[in-house]
Amino acid sequence: MTPDMIYGLTGIAVFAIGLAGALCAQDRLRRLLALKLCSMGAGFLLVVAAWRVPPDAPDPVPHALVITGIVVVVSATAVALALIRRLQSLETRDDD
Amino acid sequence: MTTDPMTFALFLPLFGAMAVFLLPRASVAIGLASVAATCGAVLFLARDVLAKGEVMTALGGWEAPLGIALRADGLSVTMLSMTCAVGLLVSLGALDSFKGTGQMRTRQYFWPLWLLLLTGMNGVYLGTDIFNLYVMIEVIALAAVGLTVLSGTRAALRAGLEYMYASILGALLFLLGVGFVYLHVGRLDLAGLIEAEPSGALSAALALMVVGLMLKTALFPLHFWLPAAHANATAPASALLSGLVVKAALYIFLRLTMYMPLLDEIMVTSMGVLGACAVLWGGVQALRAERLKLLVAWSTVVQIGLIFIAFAHAGPPGLHESWKVAALLILAHGVAKAAMFMAAGRIRAELGHDIIRDLDRAPVRPTLAQFTFALAAISIIGLPPSLGFIGKWSLLEGAMSSGYWHWVVVTMIGTLLSVAYFSRVFAGFLRFDRMRNPVAEHQGWALADLPPLTLALAAIGLGLVAAPVLSFIELGYPFGAAP
Amino acid sequence: MTPVPLTDFPLLPLFILLTSLLVAPILFALPESAARLRTGINLGMAALKVALVAWLAVKVSEGVIYDLRFTMLPGLEFKLQADPLAILFVSLSAILWLITTVYSVGYLEHGPHRARFFGFFSLCVAATVGIAMAGNLFTFLIFYELLTLATYPLVIHHGTAEALRAGRIYLIYTLTGGLVLLLGTLGLWVLAGTTDFIPGGVLDNVAAERPRAAQLLFVVLVGAVGVKAALVPFHAWLPVAMVAPAPVSALLHAVAVVKAGAFGIMRVVYEIFGIETAQALGMTAPLAAMAAITILYGSMRAITQDDIKKRLAYSTVSQVSYITLGVALASPIAAIGALGHLIHQGLMKITMFMAAGNLAEGLGVKKVSQMDGVGRAMPGTMLAFTLAALAMIGLPPLAGFVSKWYLAQGGLDAGAAWVIALLLGSSLLNAVYFLPMLHRAWFRDGTRAKETPKRPRIGWMLAAPPITTALMVLAVGGFANAPFSPLEWTRFVVAIAYREQSQ
Repeated sequence: MTPDMIYGLTGIAVFAIGLAGALCAQDRLRRLLALKLCSMGAGFLLVVAAWRVPPDAPDPVPHALVITGIVVVVSATAVALALIRRLQSLETRDDD
Repeated sequence: MTTDPMTFALFLPLFGAMAVFLLPRASVAIGLASVAATCGAVLFLARDVLAKGEVMTALGGWEAPLGIALRADGLSVTMLSMTCAVGLLVSLGALDSFKGTGQMRTRQYFWPLWLLLLTGMNGVYLGTDIFNLYVMIEVIALAAVGLTVLSGTRAALRAGLEYMYASILGALLFLLGVGFVYLHVGRLDLAGLIEAEPSGALSAALALMVVGLMLKTALFPLHFWLPAAHANATAPASALLSGLVVKAALYIFLRLTMYMPLLDEIMVTSMGVLGACAVLWGGVQALRAERLKLLVAWSTVVQIGLIFIAFAHAGPPGLHESWKVAALLILAHGVAKAAMFMAAGRIRAELGHDIIRDLDRAPVRPTLAQFTFALAAISIIGLPPSLGFIGKWSLLEGAMSSGYWHWVVVTMIGTLLSVAYFSRVFAGFLRFDRMRNPVAEHQGWALADLPPLTLALAAIGLGLVAAPVLSFIELGYPFGAAP
Repeated sequence: MTPVPLTDFPLLPLFILLTSLLVAPILFALPESAARLRTGINLGMAALKVALVAWLAVKVSEGVIYDLRFTMLPGLEFKLQADPLAILFVSLSAILWLITTVYSVGYLEHGPHRARFFGFFSLCVAATVGIAMAGNLFTFLIFYELLTLATYPLVIHHGTAEALRAGRIYLIYTLTGGLVLLLGTLGLWVLAGTTDFIPGGVLDNVAAERPRAAQLLFVVLVGAVGVKAALVPFHAWLPVAMVAPAPVSALLHAVAVVKAGAFGIMRVVYEIFGIETAQALGMTAPLAAMAAITILYGSMRAITQDDIKKRLAYSTVSQVSYITLGVALASPIAAIGALGHLIHQGLMKITMFMAAGNLAEGLGVKKVSQMDGVGRAMPGTMLAFTLAALAMIGLPPLAGFVSKWYLAQGGLDAGAAWVIALLLGSSLLNAVYFLPMLHRAWFRDGTRAKETPKRPRIGWMLAAPPITTALMVLAVGGFANAPFSPLEWTRFVVAIAYREQSQ
């Protein structure tokens, strides 16, 4: 097994775990975390795409993509968190 | 300084979004001006495409791979024009929906979100590499979720969160597919994908991306988030979400199938089968819907299904024709559904509710909004001479001549279902015997009804110019006359 | 080839269409209270249309060809033409639109939703004109669907639960028929590569190579238009739809919907298949049988109806199938009868529906059993009704007699002597359901008449139209051989439809 295979398969496995969580979890926060896990898996795969057999330098393009991806996912997570908080406060207010 | 219309189409709404966010007091003026200016840029672009067939530019003069290349052809300009024109009219309609001091906050958030959405969609239609498409669908998703929860009600927030999850997941599936593609091909631009050797891994990547897009465009059985999200948003937001947003993912799907011709009979047929399920299931749900906006939202599920049937209607050999039929139906649905959601919003605003059973119990009848709704329904059902009819005609013609009779049958059943669920609404409009007191009917013109009416008339009138529209869509088609 | 005279004004058919199509949005936009303006626009446009149609008819009789095309999809055209057959139907609709408009203004005075009513009324006539002048099946389909959409709000005009139920049934039948027509049009397009109406038909090659497909197409197309023509078993919507206001029923039964269906059967048989091809495919005989069954069934159901409008509706089911019968007999003489009946039935039935509307308005009489003595209370109206009823039964020299005479001759010509028996039987049935009405009206002193000794005051706008159309019934029968009479024009049309055969 080459390192890129290991990383690649791990990435896919992480994505799969996240996917299962996103589909099965009930709690809003858990589902969000599961989606985060998915993003980690996809990021892994992109990092693997950058790997080259050592003396060659790694491909910079996937790294740039991963960084962009992280920014995008962070903002999405922020929005989702804000929504969850707002919903939580609306629901607790109604329960009182 | 560049004077390229594509750059303008991308950055005008982006800068507009920032400006309205910084200057909320001038939001209406800046917002409308940005949308109008974007329309102008798209017009210039249309002129260029008409002359050259295909236009390319490198953003800011930076060539790929460092910079981002933009490309426009007939299909992308058609989508851009639909987005801008429908967007402009929805913006005008929003003036009335969000007027008054009570709606101050809504108004403040609507404009930046909508302009951001426009940026994202224009980015999708002009994008040339799949990673940028990923970024743009995320931008669209964030703005669209914001628009969904604009009303701030609990139902809207719940629906919005569900939409958010579906959106993120769809985008991540797409991203995973992008990773696979890069792993195997080593490049991400669409033009490079044509040259790639077909392989199992590439098919898997395509499958991942397609599933992600199906989730975003709400194809059965991944439509679960759509009805609640579209039904609970404010009317202009619903119009944008249903008319325009789901089309961005559909567009990427069409592009991918053009550039990654890896589809075999089984894949194409299963697209059609899912579409057929959407048509039937969505139709039955629309028959059962209790609220007007929910009915309209289910009809979007049906129409998305129909577009996928159109895509599959002649099998893989017919793909070089059937994507055009799908594009026609996308256009028809975009215009008509925006009109219909806005009309439904007007009816709701006048009646104070939108329960279908009690449409005739209100003491007031917003006649023009009802008329607009009916006109939009004509196009969505697919009655002549609307664009929806032309799309349906092309679909049926293609399916018949290639002997795929099952698509004919499904389309017919879908049409009958749509007649059935829309006639529930018409009966509510035209029934008068359950009101004791005299009913006040709106007569003459109301300014707020004009934008949806214009859209509905456009949906019908576009059918008359379907031939030039079709030949425009074909401009710069990457395969030319080849299959 | 004789040289075709150039047209001095090629857009004339389009203008005729636009007189009613463009007026609809204006009428919608007018406020409810602007009654005078609305009436003015309505009557002005209706009169203008009659004038334009007269001009068109003269030009066409001189041999001028009108042909307007507009490409909708590659190869597929929106096409308006003014052939003699179109002129026949357009004139009928133009003249009766004018008369019915006068009647509607009187009928709906002070009623609700008038703006909507007249708007859809105009659209309905526009659709009829479009159907008449459609140059291919694709254009025909467009207007056929428009007709459905425009008549639906008219049928449910009263907005009651009963009206809505009727409207739903109407929509289910006609839109399903429309969908089947869409399928048929597509089938024709795929099989023949054209949907044009051409005398002699466009399916000769297809019929020779794939007779099964051609037969199926015939069934689909005739079935689709047969829904509007109320052929049994697709007739159930028509008696239900009589909940509509009287002028709407009058228009529906005389010009618009059922006639559009009958006219569609003509176009399909004469100009899609061609009468010879249809015969060769063995499709005309079943069609004739279907028409015969409809004629008898409609008449028999009419006998037992107590509601006046329902009785008239079943009578329409029966009478309209005379047209189908005349087409299906595949004899030029029968065709003259069929085309003549297109006009004659329209005049007779519109008279009767307007008269029935007057009875309901003036006396509140809606049932046959209440008709005792109404002749004395409303002599003008009942005279018109009587004339039309006698014409329906086929009393010479009235309009109905002329059509039946030619149909019978045609039956002999086609070697189908059973047609004579059928016509006699049908006339007998007509007498059985119409004569009791006349007997009650004129020869029985009704309780009603005693309750309302004074003659009810209905305005001239209600009283004059049925009398006018009744006089026309008299005239087209009496002067059937005069130049420019419907029957003369009919001969002109039939000569064209059968030209292919004689060559």
